Amino acid sequence: MSGRASPALGLGAALFAVFALAAALSLAWTPHDVAALDIAGRLAGPSAAHWLGTDHFGRDIVSMLMVGARTSIAVAIVAVGMGLALGVPLGLWAAARHGGLIDEAIMRGNDLVFAFPALVIAILITAVFGPSAVNAILAIGIFNTPVFARVTRGAALSLWTLDYILAARVAGKGAVRISVEHILPNIANLLVVQGTIQFSLGILAEAGLSYVGLGAQPPVPSWGRMLAESQTMIAFAPQLALLPGLAIVLTVLGLNLMGDGLRDFLDPRLRRAR
Amino acid sequence: MTAGAALSAAGLGVTIRGRPALSGLGFDIRPGGVFGLVGESGSGKSMTALALMGLLPDGARATGRVEMGGRDILGLPESEMCALRGREIGMIFQEPMTALNPVQTIGAQVAETLVVHGAADRAGARAAAADRLARVGLPADRVPPTRYPHELSGGQRQRVCIAMAVALRPKLLIADEPTTALDVTTQAKILDLLGRLVAEDGMSLMLITHDLSVVAGMAERVAVMQEGRIVETAATEALFRRRAHPYTRRLFAAASHVPGRTAAAAGARPAPLLEVREAVRDYPLARRGLWGAPPVFRAVNRVSFTLDEGESLGLVGESGCGKSTLTRAILGLEPLQGGAIRLDGEEVRAGAAMPPSLRRRMQVVFQDPYGSFNPRHRVARLVAEPFHLMGGPPPDARERVAAALAAVGLGPGDMDRFIHEFSGGQRQRIAIARALIIRPKLIVLDEAVSALDVSIRAQILDLLADLQGRFGLSYLFISHDLTVVRAITDRVLVMKAGEIVEEGGTGAVFAAPRHRYTQQLIAAAPAIPEHWMENGHGA
Amino acid sequence: MLRFAISRLVSLGLSLVAASLVVFAVIELVPGDPAAFMLGLNAEPEAVAALREELGLTGNPVTRYLDWVSGMLTGDFGVSYTYRVPVSELVAARLWVSLPLAVYALALSTAIAFPVGLIAAARRGGPADIGIMGLTQLGIAVPNFWFAMLLVLVFAIKLRLFSAGGFPGWDQGFWINVKALTLPAVALALPQASILARVMRSSLLEVLGQDYIRTARAKGLTRRQAVFRHALRNALIPVLTIIGLQFSFLLAGAIIIENVFFLPGLGRLIFQGITQRDLIVVESVVMLLVFAVIVVTFLVDLAYAAADPRLRRRR
Repeated sequence: MSGRASPALGLGAALFAVFALAAALSLAWTPHDVAALDIAGRLAGPSAAHWLGTDHFGRDIVSMLMVGARTSIAVAIVAVGMGLALGVPLGLWAAARHGGLIDEAIMRGNDLVFAFPALVIAILITAVFGPSAVNAILAIGIFNTPVFARVTRGAALSLWTLDYILAARVAGKGAVRISVEHILPNIANLLVVQGTIQFSLGILAEAGLSYVGLGAQPPVPSWGRMLAESQTMIAFAPQLALLPGLAIVLTVLGLNLMGDGLRDFLDPRLRRAR
Repeated sequence: MTAGAALSAAGLGVTIRGRPALSGLGFDIRPGGVFGLVGESGSGKSMTALALMGLLPDGARATGRVEMGGRDILGLPESEMCALRGREIGMIFQEPMTALNPVQTIGAQVAETLVVHGAADRAGARAAAADRLARVGLPADRVPPTRYPHELSGGQRQRVCIAMAVALRPKLLIADEPTTALDVTTQAKILDLLGRLVAEDGMSLMLITHDLSVVAGMAERVAVMQEGRIVETAATEALFRRRAHPYTRRLFAAASHVPGRTAAAAGARPAPLLEVREAVRDYPLARRGLWGAPPVFRAVNRVSFTLDEGESLGLVGESGCGKSTLTRAILGLEPLQGGAIRLDGEEVRAGAAMPPSLRRRMQVVFQDPYGSFNPRHRVARLVAEPFHLMGGPPPDARERVAAALAAVGLGPGDMDRFIHEFSGGQRQRIAIARALIIRPKLIVLDEAVSALDVSIRAQILDLLADLQGRFGLSYLFISHDLTVVRAITDRVLVMKAGEIVEEGGTGAVFAAPRHRYTQQLIAAAPAIPEHWMENGHGA
Repeated sequence: MLRFAISRLVSLGLSLVAASLVVFAVIELVPGDPAAFMLGLNAEPEAVAALREELGLTGNPVTRYLDWVSGMLTGDFGVSYTYRVPVSELVAARLWVSLPLAVYALALSTAIAFPVGLIAAARRGGPADIGIMGLTQLGIAVPNFWFAMLLVLVFAIKLRLFSAGGFPGWDQGFWINVKALTLPAVALALPQASILARVMRSSLLEVLGQDYIRTARAKGLTRRQAVFRHALRNALIPVLTIIGLQFSFLLAGAIIIENVFFLPGLGRLIFQGITQRDLIVVESVVMLLVFAVIVVTFLVDLAYAAADPRLRRRR
């Protein structure tokens, strides 16, 4: 791994780190209890006690944002993990059996899942099982799987034609061993970059699902639901809509910058000696 | 600066972001003459052509003077250069496969040259385009102008590029390695075409190539380039005979180098090491309709030959003849649909059916030094990969890797480096080390030196000859390059369209080829006239 | 080309069948007994049986599936259990809100992204490029429904240029409805346009590095001529697939964004259907959405083959 560390990588990582740390911290401590209502103190402005003020139920906004960060990041990260764990092996398998029945089946499976936008998958699951954070994870994860499968398959296919794979076959190695020893390490960079992209998309997807009520349910705070609740009050309490939205934008921006920076950083700058 | 020259360059230099890439170039091209520019990769010959055309990459600046038609074209503004390109100077490039727009018909692309310079309107250009295509050997009844580039072969695409470049009968055509990516026979035809156009139009041709024999047959004047400078210029025969500059001498020596080899042990005929009998390999093609079996393409059609122990056997053929397919079948990477291949008496089968004990008697060296190695592994691991056939690396694996690297002329310190730290020639050495490490009996060399510069090639051929003597190896040497095969093999097979058309001792086949195709192949291969090389041969 | 179109059509049919199987399995088989599911735990067995009869949920799965499919093909999507009205009626009016919104957003997004991506690529590294990359980077990170809320805050509440929501209905005239759809379409289009502009830029940059652009310059074309006559068409081809994918995201986004603008589209219908456990409605709307996505993918494939002659011949 050698390459240019661009400012994008640093800036993105810093941005994301703010929210990741807030999320981690919220497991142990938040300034106030997010379940504590304080109707008398509702819609208060920023103060020493409440750094960003309170919402329409008197809940501390900073605490809500922190736990919301935890919700979004947890959902997105598990969904990406699911996509990787299922999609990458499928993609490797399809590439190793290129042109055969397995390859065809996996491609068709991909196409089938792609016909269902993540929202629609979430609708299907929640219609039958009820809305929850777990179901949001499932829906986003299911949608992520063909994304990783397709990316993996494409990258792996272009590697299979290279001579060093032939050399490995002449050395008697089988498809599984070659996929793990040779193909996977050489597509790892691509997967890291794609993973960051899917992570940021996952956060956006979770926000959208929570906004329409298909994500984490009350009393667990989530940024999307905070936005939904703020809608009727937007004329006189715009901060309730602005703050969670900004949180989403900055987190996603941070992740995207990290993804771009990682892509440059991991770019194989293999100098060809003459 | 010679008056009456079609193009005259003096003090031409190019700097890229301040660093000099070319300096002090000076040459004249006579109207109707062929000027050869020779050099190895990195010598700056392509950059010279781009400088003349005003197509240098961003950040590059040209200095000096280039006179054409009485004015200095280096100083021209871009709009005037655009008028010049395609009308006064045409250019064709090395890779015909990617030089054409894939979504436009060939007729449209040729017509564009005419329309852009206002030589015809849309309708007239179409008819003129068909005419230009016919002129380069693509008549409309056989290759209609409505074809797309992907429907044409490499040679045909290069003809289209030539048609585009000479559509307006320019004064000068620059050809940058125009035939390097083409087969020998196709190369001969394209060079003939260029020669014909020069004669018919009185056009000058600047022929850029690394191949000395091409230049010997085509050019009247030659300049030799090294590291951005011209080291020697003279009339062709004079330059070839005299070879005044040391670099020129090195170039020639490498090109005609024949490694010293001990001839294969004559006398008692050992059992054949590799025996191929009636091998057949078919590929299924895309289905025509929903019913019936898909049509089949026979890549290897009942090929038979033997290779004896200690022998060096050449397999020659052009692209598409089936030699790569045959190679993969011999290595046990693809199954046969008929016939059998035997190594050391045991049958070779593809895939898992081939036991490691058999696989380890045969190893391979590939063509592309850049794609032959996993960029993430260190050299020690790369060279040790064949140990997988012995059930895993032995306890003294590292010593054996060091020994293999030493045998190919590298040091033990190279074991812990990554492959990208090495040059093309060094990588091929590492590839040979990898092939050697488990002491196989047969090494298959699939175009192993084709991607190397001439001087490096000579070194690798020497190395191969030396190793064969030391370790008692047998070689199956696959190549499209006749000079290489001639230098390193005892016997040779000539392959065409999936069949072996001729077989025999290398010297005999080259001296007196019997089959028509072999004769065509040898005749098409450009060669430096023998008597030009009389003094200092093989220095 | 015709052979290609037919094979793609067959593919489309198979995809639809496969998708319908999935939807059917999830909605009707997974809950066990859909009728019981819909009425809840405390329902009386007779009520459940009656509902089952009424909605045609008796019989084995295979016949039910075939009935459902043949019903859909004739436009009969069953009867909503909540509203007691044929689903097709419920859907028809709402479809004419969601679909035009998605198409409007697609058109806006494409119209913005093409020139922006082109300029960024043509002036690579310059201030325009950097500015565009920065703006699109921001655009990708913005959730479209939040952006919609901001648009409402600024343009409807503060500036009073648009109404904050609502949809007059197509019978009230064409332009008045387009105006009502404008803020939602802009909100949807922004993030998609950002993605599309970046894709356009990188596709064009890649094409500009190809050999045939150099050939064009060597023929005497100016830089601009080379870009417009050779580079653009080749660059647009991979962008086409992205546009096709975008439509499915836009449709999903349209459904979410209706919430912000109180649009009477498919979104309201389907979310109420989930809350009220009206499986018939959910089943039909999901199938419709999936159908739209599959058809658009098919059209994109055709456009792709029409644009790139290399794809037409099966090698």
